[in-house]
Amino acid sequence: MPSLGPLWLSIQLAALTTLVLLLIGTPLALWLARSRARIVPVVEAVTALPLVLPPTVLGFYLLLLLSPDSVLGGFWLRLTGETLTFSFPGLVVASVFYSLPFMVQPLQAAFAAIGRGPVEAAQTLRAGPLDAFLSVTVPLAGRGFLTGAILSFAHTMGEFGVVLMVGGSIPGQTRVISIAIFEHVETLEYAQAHLLSAILLAFSFAVLVMVYALNGRWRIHG
Amino acid sequence: MVETLSVRLARRFGDFALDAAFALPLSGITVVFGPSGCGKSTLLRGIAGLDREARGEVRLGGEIWLDSAARIFVPAHRRGAGLVFQDARLFDHLDVAGNLAFADRRSRGQGGGSGLDVDRDGVIAALDLAPLLPRRPARLSGGERQRVALGRALLSRPRLLLLDEPLSALDRARKIGILPRLAAVPERFGIPVVMVTHAIEEAVQLADRMVVLEGGRVIATGETIEVLARPEIYPLTGRFEAGVLIEARVEEHRPGDALTRLSVAGQELVMPMLEGLAPGQPVRLRIRARDVALALSPPRDSSIRNILRVAIVGIEAGDEGAFAELMLDLGGQRLRARITRASLRDLGLGPGMEVFALIKSVSFDRRWIAGNPAQS
Repeated sequence: MPSLGPLWLSIQLAALTTLVLLLIGTPLALWLARSRARIVPVVEAVTALPLVLPPTVLGFYLLLLLSPDSVLGGFWLRLTGETLTFSFPGLVVASVFYSLPFMVQPLQAAFAAIGRGPVEAAQTLRAGPLDAFLSVTVPLAGRGFLTGAILSFAHTMGEFGVVLMVGGSIPGQTRVISIAIFEHVETLEYAQAHLLSAILLAFSFAVLVMVYALNGRWRIHG
Repeated sequence: MVETLSVRLARRFGDFALDAAFALPLSGITVVFGPSGCGKSTLLRGIAGLDREARGEVRLGGEIWLDSAARIFVPAHRRGAGLVFQDARLFDHLDVAGNLAFADRRSRGQGGGSGLDVDRDGVIAALDLAPLLPRRPARLSGGERQRVALGRALLSRPRLLLLDEPLSALDRARKIGILPRLAAVPERFGIPVVMVTHAIEEAVQLADRMVVLEGGRVIATGETIEVLARPEIYPLTGRFEAGVLIEARVEEHRPGDALTRLSVAGQELVMPMLEGLAPGQPVRLRIRARDVALALSPPRDSSIRNILRVAIVGIEAGDEGAFAELMLDLGGQRLRARITRASLRDLGLGPGMEVFALIKSVSFDRRWIAGNPAQS
């Protein structure tokens, strides 16, 4: 029986990453959906880069970003006395970049589909910008939020290459489920690899079924 | 208290430019009339505060909503201008009751201009919304959506209610259903209405005052009757055909003949009987130019009963086309007649002549039948 520690660590990482992505992905997606600035396509391309870059490339640049010599890594070192590389907080930062398109794209599509109409209607009914966003845009984009959150969570759960580049395999810190599977296979512990792989497979399948079922149901409702 | 809405707005989109200015006392219903693409909706969005690019000034009473020279822009949610959009824009995630509550919750304690209370139950009753309350917007018909949108806007207790072609998406039967409810809004809830439309019939039926827009500019403003009599708006009214509105008073009903007798400038008109009108009540009549014929002496052997003594004050006749238009004075009110140029020549008609106007058909403005002799 393998240790389930890596599974638990992956869940923590995915949950925290999803939370952070909800906070920064929402304003970003809103801006991408609404703005007519010329820089929009550039920002869209940057947001989508993690979809096409090999995890080694992304991981390499993240390693530079997180290192104690960089602005971010140095700031973290002064703040906490620890380095971001090869640490759990560093994995969260890396995962946020890695899963960004999975949050931003469904949200952006949802906001674009809603358009300005309902928000303008809310404004003429005395709702301020934040009020209109929370009471009209968010519920109307509910499907986008759920899809984005579920996909971000699942994508982070399955993260491997980037973790390997910036996190290594420190038990309880950076040894997430995919890394654990890799090491079990390397050391020919196939039974353990089987079990963890089956858990991840079942989880991913369940998540996708949930996303598709959800999308179907919400369409009828609209 | 009647407040003044003064507007001076400029806005460009590509090669279209809106540059409109007017000031109107706000009471009853003001209709902004003009052809499609003349800038009506842009104007309304500028007044509502939905267009940050609009330049100029907007004031309601002593309050400044926009003064771009002084960099003042009051955002839409602080203006208290309700807006009913052409496409209703109900919130799909809420049922009808939820849509109404959205507005109601955010406007408690906001008095309408006149201090009349706008209460939820009153709005639901006035617009007959009770059966719709549990329904989702997706399950409403076009007319129902507009009624809900109107109710929702009223429940935001606005100081001014703006309507952007609220009837344009509706078929004729539904229009007839919603028109009288719209007409009753200013009096029932004490909220002045500014409505945009390209349909002259709606303007005639609802407007106390009109602003006529063409190509982004105001070409006429004033009382409806007076504006509709102006020749410069004539090309815009199109198939409406130079109708005029005149004011008359109910004298008596003759149930035996199913007729109602009216007086206009001391003369008499009879119409099919109008239920529910009390003698003495003022009504607004619409008479189209093509329904008016002229005679030099009152015919004694005609089936036409409505024969009025009028004086010719103007003649518009080109060198082409079969018809000429005559402007007639009826005790200070204007009437128009459309006759052939041949008749004009054969009868020897000219300005200053006293003639008899034979009126083939008169129609009523329903709004006045509903008993709102709106005081302007």
